[in-house]
Amino acid sequence: MAENKDVTKQKSKPAQGAAQTEAAMWPAVDIFEDDTGITVQADMPGVSRDGLDVHIDADSLSIVGKLDIPMPATMEALHADVRATRYQRSFSLSRELDRDKIEANLRDGVLTLRIPKREEVKPRKIEVRAS
Amino acid sequence: MYGLLGNSEGNLFDEFRRMEREMNQLFGAGPWPTGIRAVARGTYPPINVGGTAEQVDVYVFAAGLDPATLDVSIQQNLLTIAGERRLITEEGADYYRRERFDGQFRRVLSLPDDVDPGKVQADYRDGVLHITALRRESTKPRQIEVK
Repeated sequence: MAENKDVTKQKSKPAQGAAQTEAAMWPAVDIFEDDTGITVQADMPGVSRDGLDVHIDADSLSIVGKLDIPMPATMEALHADVRATRYQRSFSLSRELDRDKIEANLRDGVLTLRIPKREEVKPRKIEVRAS
Repeated sequence: MYGLLGNSEGNLFDEFRRMEREMNQLFGAGPWPTGIRAVARGTYPPINVGGTAEQVDVYVFAAGLDPATLDVSIQQNLLTIAGERRLITEEGADYYRRERFDGQFRRVLSLPDDVDPGKVQADYRDGVLHITALRRESTKPRQIEVK
């Protein structure tokens, strides 16, 4: 059930009252780099495609996800490890990353972001010639 | 979307936070015992349990699992959730962070005594395992008519 989501570029929005100040969880992430780019994998269980917001500012990447779990209104809490209703985490990007080509994929609560490097900065093997 | 959770008392998660504050006040520094099967905070996977008059709902926050590898069993009112998450390590890549859980997990929960072990269902959606256990007919609250 893989879902692709367009990554939208947005200007930073001013804080929107209570919703923005509410406590958020830090999703656990794995981050690795290879020759062509950086991959971020974030655990965001309970977030559906509609509740996910990935946006890029001048030089930061923000991930916000709202929990989307239907529950009966009369439900009473018996035990709770999860006490916030959203995830939020941001990363600063460095110049060699191509923010126009970031791809996001959400599957079973795992967000995978692929951030490619710009063509001109991909590592080049430099040959050492003997004179 | 999330407004569905809301009721006049504030939503379920406000309720969770209130409960935490009260529990901390109650159990924080005291000599009171914790549950024998209780685990340290931060143990994987996080679990929420909520109840209504009809049923008990367990939410296991475990993203990226293959539902076939999950082992959910119930004995009387003791619910066991076991599974394994194997992360694939990218060959030839340099890792900066590895925070995501990798390996086997197992959690045991005591559900309220009146759940019916024969009426338990589980489904997995968006990385959350949702287990529903119905309460026994006879223990549901009943309105008693005063004649």
